Amino acid sequence: MANKPVITAKEAAAMIPEGATIMCGGFLACGQARAIVKELAASGKGGFTLIANDMARATGPMGEEFFGIAQLIHNHQVKRVIATHVGMTPEVGQQVNEGTLEVNLIPQGSLAECIRAGGAGLGGVLTPVGVGTLVEQSPLCLGKQTIDGKEYLLMKPIHADFALLGTYKCDAYGNCWYKGTMRNFNVVMATAADTVIAECEYLMPVGEIEPENIHTYGMCVNYIVEGERK
Amino acid sequence: MEKSEIKGFIAKRCAKELKDGDVVNLGIGLPTMIPDYLPEGVHLLIHAELGIVGAGVAPKSADTNFDPYHVIDAGGGPCSVAFGGGFIDSAMNFGLIRGGHVDACFLGALEVDAEGNLANWIIPGKKMPGMGGAMDLCVGARKCIVCMEHTAKGNPKILEKCRLPLTAAHCVNTIITEMCVFQVTDKGLVMTEINPEFTVDDVKAATAAPFTVAADCKSMLD
Repeated sequence: MANKPVITAKEAAAMIPEGATIMCGGFLACGQARAIVKELAASGKGGFTLIANDMARATGPMGEEFFGIAQLIHNHQVKRVIATHVGMTPEVGQQVNEGTLEVNLIPQGSLAECIRAGGAGLGGVLTPVGVGTLVEQSPLCLGKQTIDGKEYLLMKPIHADFALLGTYKCDAYGNCWYKGTMRNFNVVMATAADTVIAECEYLMPVGEIEPENIHTYGMCVNYIVEGERK
Repeated sequence: MEKSEIKGFIAKRCAKELKDGDVVNLGIGLPTMIPDYLPEGVHLLIHAELGIVGAGVAPKSADTNFDPYHVIDAGGGPCSVAFGGGFIDSAMNFGLIRGGHVDACFLGALEVDAEGNLANWIIPGKKMPGMGGAMDLCVGARKCIVCMEHTAKGNPKILEKCRLPLTAAHCVNTIITEMCVFQVTDKGLVMTEINPEFTVDDVKAATAAPFTVAADCKSMLD
Protein backbone atom coordinates (compact mmCIF):
# COMPACT_ATOMS: atom_id res chain seq x y z
CA MET A 1 0.00 0.00 0.00
CA ALA A 2 1.10 3.52 -0.66
CA ASN A 3 0.97 6.64 1.44
CA LYS A 4 -1.64 9.14 0.31
CA PRO A 5 -0.55 12.71 -0.42
CA VAL A 6 -1.04 15.01 2.54
CA ILE A 7 -2.07 18.43 1.28
CA THR A 8 -3.21 21.66 2.91
CA ALA A 9 -6.84 22.66 3.14
CA LYS A 10 -6.05 25.48 0.70
CA GLU A 11 -4.54 23.05 -1.81
CA ALA A 12 -7.62 20.84 -1.47
CA ALA A 13 -9.93 23.77 -2.12
CA ALA A 14 -7.82 24.75 -5.13
CA MET A 15 -8.43 21.31 -6.70
CA ILE A 16 -12.18 21.84 -6.71
CA PRO A 17 -13.30 23.77 -9.79
CA GLU A 18 -16.17 26.20 -10.16
CA GLY A 19 -19.46 24.35 -10.66
CA ALA A 20 -18.27 21.07 -9.12
CA THR A 21 -20.65 18.60 -7.51
CA ILE A 22 -19.45 18.08 -3.94
CA MET A 23 -20.55 15.61 -1.30
CA CYS A 24 -19.95 16.87 2.21
CA GLY A 25 -20.11 14.42 5.06
CA GLY A 26 -21.46 15.74 8.33
CA PHE A 27 -24.67 16.18 10.25
CA LEU A 28 -25.10 19.78 11.37
CA ALA A 29 -21.37 20.00 10.61
CA CYS A 30 -20.44 17.22 13.06
CA GLY A 31 -18.11 15.15 10.92
CA GLN A 32 -17.65 17.84 8.30
CA ALA A 33 -14.38 18.80 6.59
CA ARG A 34 -14.64 22.29 7.99
CA ALA A 35 -11.09 23.45 7.21
CA ILE A 36 -11.47 22.61 3.51
CA VAL A 37 -14.93 24.20 3.47
CA LYS A 38 -13.46 27.37 5.01
CA GLU A 39 -10.87 27.58 2.22
CA LEU A 40 -13.53 26.87 -0.38
CA ALA A 41 -15.53 29.77 1.05
CA ALA A 42 -12.46 32.02 0.90
CA SER A 43 -11.74 30.98 -2.70
CA GLY A 44 -14.84 32.76 -3.94
CA LYS A 45 -15.55 29.97 -6.43
CA GLY A 46 -19.21 29.20 -6.96
CA GLY A 47 -21.89 27.37 -8.89
CA PHE A 48 -21.47 24.33 -6.65
CA THR A 49 -23.94 21.50 -6.22
CA LEU A 50 -23.78 20.36 -2.61
CA ILE A 51 -24.92 16.92 -1.49
CA ALA A 52 -25.18 16.69 2.28
CA ASN A 53 -27.65 15.79 4.99
CA ASP A 54 -28.17 19.45 5.83
CA MET A 55 -26.54 22.82 5.16
CA ALA A 56 -24.86 22.92 8.58
CA ARG A 57 -25.45 25.71 11.02
CA ALA A 58 -25.49 29.48 11.05
CA THR A 59 -23.85 29.22 14.49
CA GLY A 60 -21.43 26.57 15.80
CA PRO A 61 -21.45 24.82 19.20
CA MET A 62 -19.33 27.56 20.76
CA GLY A 63 -20.94 30.43 18.89
CA GLU A 64 -18.76 30.19 15.77
CA GLU A 65 -20.14 32.11 12.81
CA PHE A 66 -21.23 30.03 9.79
CA PHE A 67 -20.27 26.59 10.99
CA GLY A 68 -19.43 24.27 8.09
CA ILE A 69 -21.09 24.54 4.69
CA ALA A 70 -23.55 27.18 5.92
CA GLN A 71 -20.69 29.50 4.95
CA LEU A 72 -20.91 28.47 1.27
CA ILE A 73 -24.67 29.12 1.32
CA HIS A 74 -24.14 32.51 2.97
CA ASN A 75 -21.62 33.46 0.25
CA HIS A 76 -24.04 32.45 -2.53
CA GLN A 77 -21.51 29.89 -3.82
CA VAL A 78 -24.10 27.13 -4.20
CA LYS A 79 -26.58 26.75 -7.05
CA ARG A 80 -28.14 23.43 -6.11
CA VAL A 81 -28.56 21.45 -2.92
CA ILE A 82 -29.52 17.81 -2.43
CA ALA A 83 -30.30 17.36 1.26
CA THR A 84 -32.80 16.03 3.79
CA HIS A 85 -33.22 19.02 6.10
CA VAL A 86 -32.29 22.67 5.66
CA GLY A 87 -34.29 24.21 8.52
CA MET A 88 -31.23 25.08 10.60
CA THR A 89 -29.91 27.29 7.79
CA PRO A 90 -32.58 29.98 7.18
CA GLU A 91 -30.57 31.47 4.31
CA VAL A 92 -31.37 28.40 2.21
CA GLY A 93 -35.08 29.24 2.28
CA GLN A 94 -34.35 32.89 1.49
CA GLN A 95 -32.23 32.01 -1.54
CA VAL A 96 -34.86 29.56 -2.80
CA ASN A 97 -37.47 32.33 -2.57
CA GLU A 98 -35.11 34.69 -4.39
CA GLY A 99 -34.76 32.08 -7.13
CA THR A 100 -30.97 31.75 -6.83
CA LEU A 101 -30.87 28.29 -5.25
CA GLU A 102 -32.49 24.98 -6.18
CA VAL A 103 -33.14 22.55 -3.32
CA ASN A 104 -34.03 18.88 -3.73
CA LEU A 105 -35.15 17.38 -0.44
CA ILE A 106 -35.22 13.61 -0.06
CA PRO A 107 -35.64 11.39 3.01
CA GLN A 108 -32.52 10.85 5.10
CA GLY A 109 -32.48 7.10 4.61
CA SER A 110 -32.96 7.52 0.87
CA LEU A 111 -30.07 9.98 0.67
CA ALA A 112 -27.78 7.54 2.47
CA GLU A 113 -28.90 4.62 0.35
CA CYS A 114 -28.75 6.51 -2.99
CA ILE A 115 -25.16 7.50 -2.18
CA ARG A 116 -24.40 3.94 -1.13
CA ALA A 117 -25.84 2.75 -4.45
CA GLY A 118 -23.72 5.33 -6.29
CA GLY A 119 -20.62 3.95 -4.62
CA ALA A 120 -21.57 0.30 -4.78
CA GLY A 121 -22.30 -0.05 -8.47
CA LEU A 122 -26.05 -0.33 -8.12
CA GLY A 123 -28.51 1.10 -10.64
CA GLY A 124 -30.93 2.45 -8.07
CA VAL A 125 -32.69 1.97 -4.79
CA LEU A 126 -36.22 0.69 -4.19
CA THR A 127 -37.60 2.11 -0.97
CA PRO A 128 -41.10 2.29 0.49
CA VAL A 129 -40.20 5.66 2.02
CA GLY A 130 -41.77 8.60 0.21
CA VAL A 131 -44.67 6.71 -1.40
CA GLY A 132 -47.69 9.02 -1.48
CA THR A 133 -45.58 12.12 -0.76
CA LEU A 134 -43.92 14.95 -2.70
CA VAL A 135 -40.80 12.76 -3.00
CA GLU A 136 -42.55 11.07 -5.93
CA GLN A 137 -42.05 14.36 -7.83
CA SER A 138 -38.35 14.65 -6.96
CA PRO A 139 -35.89 14.62 -9.88
CA LEU A 140 -34.17 11.82 -7.96
CA CYS A 141 -37.28 9.62 -8.13
CA LEU A 142 -37.57 7.59 -11.33
CA GLY A 143 -41.01 6.12 -10.70
CA LYS A 144 -42.90 3.55 -8.69
CA GLN A 145 -42.79 -0.22 -8.64
CA THR A 146 -44.99 -2.78 -6.96
CA ILE A 147 -43.25 -5.83 -5.56
CA ASP A 148 -45.23 -8.54 -3.77
CA GLY A 149 -48.15 -6.13 -3.49
CA LYS A 150 -46.15 -3.36 -1.82
CA GLU A 151 -45.33 -0.02 -3.47
CA TYR A 152 -41.77 1.29 -3.68
CA LEU A 153 -40.11 4.38 -5.15
CA LEU A 154 -37.21 3.84 -7.50
CA MET A 155 -34.54 6.35 -6.50
CA LYS A 156 -31.49 7.29 -8.57
CA PRO A 157 -27.96 6.53 -7.41
CA ILE A 158 -25.98 9.62 -6.41
CA HIS A 159 -22.36 10.20 -7.41
CA ALA A 160 -20.21 13.32 -7.14
CA ASP A 161 -17.01 14.89 -8.46
CA PHE A 162 -15.62 15.32 -4.95
CA ALA A 163 -16.36 13.91 -1.51
CA LEU A 164 -15.08 15.82 1.51
CA LEU A 165 -14.88 13.62 4.60
CA GLY A 166 -14.73 14.97 8.14
CA THR A 167 -12.77 12.35 10.09
CA TYR A 168 -11.10 12.25 13.50
CA LYS A 169 -8.08 10.02 12.91
CA CYS A 170 -6.58 9.26 9.56
CA ASP A 171 -3.43 7.22 8.91
CA ALA A 172 -0.88 7.72 6.15
CA TYR A 173 -2.63 5.18 3.90
CA GLY A 174 -5.87 7.14 4.22
CA ASN A 175 -7.62 4.75 6.60
CA CYS A 176 -10.09 6.73 8.69
CA TRP A 177 -11.71 6.50 12.11
CA TYR A 178 -14.61 8.68 13.20
CA LYS A 179 -15.28 9.74 16.76
CA GLY A 180 -18.84 9.69 18.14
CA THR A 181 -21.48 10.79 15.67
CA MET A 182 -18.98 12.02 13.05
CA ARG A 183 -19.45 8.86 11.03
CA ASN A 184 -22.92 9.68 9.63
CA PHE A 185 -22.77 10.15 5.82
CA ASN A 186 -18.96 10.08 5.56
CA VAL A 187 -18.80 6.30 5.26
CA VAL A 188 -20.99 6.06 2.15
CA MET A 189 -19.70 9.29 0.60
CA ALA A 190 -16.15 7.91 0.68
CA THR A 191 -17.23 5.40 -1.97
CA ALA A 192 -19.28 7.63 -4.25
CA ALA A 193 -17.05 10.39 -5.66
CA ASP A 194 -14.30 10.65 -8.29
CA THR A 195 -11.95 12.37 -5.84
CA VAL A 196 -12.17 11.76 -2.11
CA ILE A 197 -10.42 14.08 0.33
CA ALA A 198 -10.30 13.08 3.99
CA GLU A 199 -9.80 15.87 6.46
CA CYS A 200 -8.71 14.67 9.89
CA GLU A 201 -8.01 16.09 13.32
CA TYR A 202 -5.12 13.68 13.94
CA LEU A 203 -2.82 12.26 11.26
CA MET A 204 -1.49 8.94 12.57
CA PRO A 205 1.17 6.45 11.54
CA VAL A 206 -0.21 3.37 9.78
CA GLY A 207 -1.21 0.73 12.34
CA GLU A 208 -2.45 3.19 14.93
CA ILE A 209 -6.04 2.46 13.89
CA GLU A 210 -6.72 -1.21 14.59
CA PRO A 211 -7.61 -3.12 11.42
CA GLU A 212 -10.97 -4.08 12.95
CA ASN A 213 -11.77 -0.43 13.62
CA ILE A 214 -11.18 1.15 10.23
CA HIS A 215 -14.42 2.90 9.24
CA THR A 216 -13.33 4.20 5.83
CA TYR A 217 -10.64 2.28 3.96
CA GLY A 218 -7.64 4.10 2.55
CA MET A 219 -8.28 2.57 -0.87
CA CYS A 220 -11.24 4.99 -1.17
CA VAL A 221 -9.25 8.08 -0.15
CA ASN A 222 -7.17 10.12 -2.61
CA TYR A 223 -5.86 12.96 -0.44
CA ILE A 224 -5.47 13.73 3.25
CA VAL A 225 -5.78 17.15 4.89
CA GLU A 226 -4.89 17.84 8.49
CA GLY A 227 -7.58 20.11 9.89
CA GLU A 228 -8.21 21.76 13.20
CA ARG A 229 -8.28 19.75 16.43
CA LYS A 230 -11.39 20.14 18.52
CA MET B 1 -55.15 22.03 32.56
CA GLU B 2 -52.47 24.73 32.75
CA LYS B 3 -50.72 25.30 29.43
CA SER B 4 -47.37 24.56 31.10
CA GLU B 5 -48.55 21.14 32.28
CA ILE B 6 -49.82 19.90 28.91
CA LYS B 7 -46.55 18.66 27.44
CA GLY B 8 -45.55 16.77 30.57
CA PHE B 9 -49.02 15.22 30.77
CA ILE B 10 -48.80 13.96 27.19
CA ALA B 11 -45.22 12.71 27.65
CA LYS B 12 -46.26 10.84 30.80
CA ARG B 13 -49.06 9.08 28.94
CA CYS B 14 -46.69 8.25 26.05
CA ALA B 15 -44.32 6.58 28.49
CA LYS B 16 -47.02 4.02 29.28
CA GLU B 17 -46.79 2.74 25.70
CA LEU B 18 -43.31 1.38 26.33
CA LYS B 19 -41.94 -1.78 27.79
CA ASP B 20 -38.49 -2.65 29.05
CA GLY B 21 -35.93 -3.04 26.28
CA ASP B 22 -37.88 -1.26 23.53
CA VAL B 23 -35.84 0.44 20.82
CA VAL B 24 -37.33 3.90 20.50
CA ASN B 25 -36.76 6.99 18.38
CA LEU B 26 -37.91 10.27 19.90
CA GLY B 27 -38.62 13.31 17.73
CA ILE B 28 -37.54 16.77 18.81
CA GLY B 29 -39.55 18.72 21.40
CA LEU B 30 -42.21 16.97 23.47
CA PRO B 31 -41.10 13.38 22.68
CA THR B 32 -37.71 14.01 24.30
CA MET B 33 -39.53 14.40 27.64
CA ILE B 34 -40.88 10.83 27.55
CA PRO B 35 -37.85 9.18 29.28
CA ASP B 36 -38.51 11.40 32.33
CA TYR B 37 -41.77 9.52 32.95
CA LEU B 38 -40.85 5.88 32.37
CA PRO B 39 -42.35 3.43 34.85
CA GLU B 40 -39.86 1.81 37.21
CA GLY B 41 -37.97 -1.06 35.61
CA VAL B 42 -38.50 0.18 32.05
CA HIS B 43 -35.23 0.98 30.30
CA LEU B 44 -35.20 2.01 26.67
CA LEU B 45 -32.63 1.73 23.95
CA ILE B 46 -32.79 5.21 22.44
CA HIS B 47 -32.13 5.28 18.74
CA ALA B 48 -30.87 8.60 17.37
CA GLU B 49 -30.79 9.74 13.73
CA LEU B 50 -27.24 10.95 14.09
CA GLY B 51 -26.09 7.39 14.42
CA ILE B 52 -26.40 6.34 18.04
CA VAL B 53 -27.91 3.06 19.14
CA GLY B 54 -28.31 3.56 22.86
CA ALA B 55 -28.13 7.33 23.21
CA GLY B 56 -27.59 8.73 26.68
CA VAL B 57 -28.62 11.97 28.32
CA ALA B 58 -27.41 15.35 27.07
CA PRO B 59 -24.21 16.17 29.00
CA LYS B 60 -23.59 19.54 30.64
CA SER B 61 -20.52 21.55 29.70
CA ALA B 62 -18.70 20.50 32.89
CA ASP B 63 -19.27 16.76 32.29
CA THR B 64 -16.32 14.65 31.13
CA ASN B 65 -18.31 13.33 28.16
CA PHE B 66 -19.30 16.81 26.93
CA ASP B 67 -18.06 16.80 23.33
CA PRO B 68 -20.23 19.14 21.22
CA TYR B 69 -17.95 18.78 18.18
CA HIS B 70 -18.09 15.00 18.01
CA VAL B 71 -21.19 13.69 19.80
CA ILE B 72 -24.40 15.59 19.05
CA ASP B 73 -28.12 15.00 18.67
CA ALA B 74 -30.37 15.78 15.71
CA GLY B 75 -31.03 19.26 17.08
CA GLY B 76 -27.30 20.02 17.13
CA GLY B 77 -27.02 19.96 20.92
CA PRO B 78 -24.48 17.89 22.84
CA CYS B 79 -25.42 14.25 23.28
CA SER B 80 -23.86 11.12 24.72
CA VAL B 81 -23.88 7.38 24.32
CA ALA B 82 -25.30 5.25 27.13
CA PHE B 83 -23.26 2.45 28.70
CA GLY B 84 -23.24 -0.40 26.20
CA GLY B 85 -24.47 1.76 23.32
CA GLY B 86 -22.67 2.34 20.04
CA PHE B 87 -22.25 4.54 17.00
CA ILE B 88 -23.26 3.67 13.46
CA ASP B 89 -23.22 5.35 10.05
CA SER B 90 -26.30 6.74 8.28
CA ALA B 91 -26.78 3.88 5.80
CA MET B 92 -26.75 1.29 8.60
CA ASN B 93 -28.86 3.56 10.78
CA PHE B 94 -31.64 3.95 8.25
CA GLY B 95 -31.42 0.31 7.26
CA LEU B 96 -32.30 -0.45 10.88
CA ILE B 97 -35.22 1.97 10.71
CA ARG B 98 -36.69 0.77 7.41
CA GLY B 99 -36.01 -2.83 8.35
CA GLY B 100 -38.40 -2.69 11.29
CA HIS B 101 -35.77 -2.89 14.03
CA VAL B 102 -37.07 0.21 15.81
CA ASP B 103 -40.06 -0.64 18.01
CA ALA B 104 -41.64 2.79 18.15
CA CYS B 105 -41.19 6.35 17.02
CA PHE B 106 -42.83 9.29 18.76
CA LEU B 107 -43.25 12.50 16.83
CA GLY B 108 -45.32 15.64 16.58
CA ALA B 109 -47.67 16.60 13.76
CA LEU B 110 -48.92 19.65 11.93
CA GLU B 111 -51.86 17.51 10.82
CA VAL B 112 -52.86 13.89 11.27
CA ASP B 113 -55.98 12.30 9.84
CA ALA B 114 -58.51 9.53 10.32
CA GLU B 115 -56.64 7.26 7.88
CA GLY B 116 -53.41 7.56 9.83
CA ASN B 117 -51.83 9.92 7.34
CA LEU B 118 -49.31 12.32 8.86
CA ALA B 119 -48.14 15.78 7.74
CA ASN B 120 -45.31 17.34 9.69
CA TRP B 121 -42.51 18.42 7.38
CA ILE B 122 -43.52 21.27 5.09
CA ILE B 123 -45.91 24.19 4.79
CA PRO B 124 -45.80 25.05 1.07
CA GLY B 125 -44.91 28.65 0.40
CA LYS B 126 -44.06 29.24 4.05
CA LYS B 127 -41.65 26.75 5.51
CA MET B 128 -39.61 24.01 3.89
CA PRO B 129 -37.28 22.75 6.59
CA GLY B 130 -37.23 19.26 5.09
CA MET B 131 -38.25 15.80 6.16
CA GLY B 132 -34.93 14.75 7.65
CA GLY B 133 -35.44 11.23 8.97
CA ALA B 134 -39.18 11.57 9.65
CA MET B 135 -40.42 9.81 6.50
CA ASP B 136 -38.17 6.82 7.10
CA LEU B 137 -39.23 6.58 10.75
CA CYS B 138 -42.95 6.79 10.00
CA VAL B 139 -42.71 4.06 7.39
CA GLY B 140 -40.17 1.85 9.11
CA ALA B 141 -40.81 1.94 12.85
CA ARG B 142 -43.08 -0.85 14.08
CA LYS B 143 -45.32 1.65 15.85
CA CYS B 144 -45.73 5.30 14.89
CA ILE B 145 -47.16 7.37 17.71
CA VAL B 146 -48.14 11.00 17.24
CA CYS B 147 -47.93 13.01 20.46
CA MET B 148 -49.05 16.61 20.34
CA GLU B 149 -51.39 19.23 21.71
CA HIS B 150 -54.87 18.48 20.43
CA THR B 151 -55.28 21.80 18.63
CA ALA B 152 -53.03 24.58 17.34
CA LYS B 153 -54.24 28.01 18.48
CA GLY B 154 -57.70 26.48 18.87
CA ASN B 155 -57.72 24.98 15.37
CA PRO B 156 -58.06 21.21 15.00
CA LYS B 157 -54.96 19.29 13.93
CA ILE B 158 -56.78 15.96 13.75
CA LEU B 159 -58.62 16.03 10.44
CA GLU B 160 -60.71 13.80 8.23
CA LYS B 161 -58.04 14.17 5.55
CA CYS B 162 -54.66 15.96 5.78
CA ARG B 163 -54.42 19.09 3.66
CA LEU B 164 -50.67 19.60 3.91
CA PRO B 165 -48.21 17.42 1.96
CA LEU B 166 -47.81 14.08 3.73
CA THR B 167 -44.81 12.81 5.60
CA ALA B 168 -46.12 9.31 5.10
CA ALA B 169 -49.44 7.69 4.23
CA HIS B 170 -51.31 5.27 6.53
CA CYS B 171 -48.47 5.24 9.02
CA VAL B 172 -49.88 6.45 12.36
CA ASN B 173 -51.03 3.84 14.88
CA THR B 174 -51.86 5.99 17.89
CA ILE B 175 -52.52 9.67 18.62
CA ILE B 176 -51.91 10.92 22.16
CA THR B 177 -52.98 14.43 23.17
CA GLU B 178 -53.88 16.22 26.40
CA MET B 179 -57.56 15.42 25.69
CA CYS B 180 -57.58 11.78 24.68
CA VAL B 181 -55.95 8.77 23.06
CA PHE B 182 -57.06 7.72 19.58
CA GLN B 183 -56.22 4.41 17.94
CA VAL B 184 -56.18 4.51 14.14
CA THR B 185 -58.11 1.51 12.83
CA ASP B 186 -59.44 0.30 9.48
CA LYS B 187 -62.76 1.80 10.54
CA GLY B 188 -61.30 5.19 11.42
CA LEU B 189 -60.40 6.77 14.75
CA VAL B 190 -61.40 5.07 17.98
CA MET B 191 -61.11 6.95 21.26
CA THR B 192 -59.80 4.48 23.82
CA GLU B 193 -58.97 6.90 26.64
CA ILE B 194 -60.15 10.34 27.67
CA ASN B 195 -58.77 12.91 30.07
CA PRO B 196 -61.54 13.27 32.71
CA GLU B 197 -61.11 17.05 32.54
CA PHE B 198 -62.90 16.89 29.19
CA THR B 199 -66.16 15.47 27.88
CA VAL B 200 -66.63 13.55 24.63
CA ASP B 201 -68.34 16.66 23.26
CA ASP B 202 -65.27 18.75 24.14
CA VAL B 203 -63.14 16.30 22.14
CA LYS B 204 -65.63 16.39 19.26
CA ALA B 205 -65.48 20.17 19.17
CA ALA B 206 -61.66 20.08 18.99
CA THR B 207 -61.43 17.31 16.39
CA ALA B 208 -62.23 17.76 12.69
CA ALA B 209 -62.56 14.03 12.04
CA PRO B 210 -65.31 11.60 12.94
CA PHE B 211 -64.42 9.11 15.67
CA THR B 212 -66.09 6.42 17.71
CA VAL B 213 -65.76 5.94 21.44
CA ALA B 214 -64.58 2.50 22.48
CA ALA B 215 -67.04 0.59 24.68
CA ASP B 216 -64.28 0.23 27.28
CA CYS B 217 -62.97 3.80 26.95
CA LYS B 218 -60.86 4.50 30.05
CA SER B 219 -59.62 7.54 31.89
CA MET B 220 -56.16 8.71 30.75
CA LEU B 221 -55.25 9.00 34.42
CA ASP B 222 -55.77 5.27 35.15
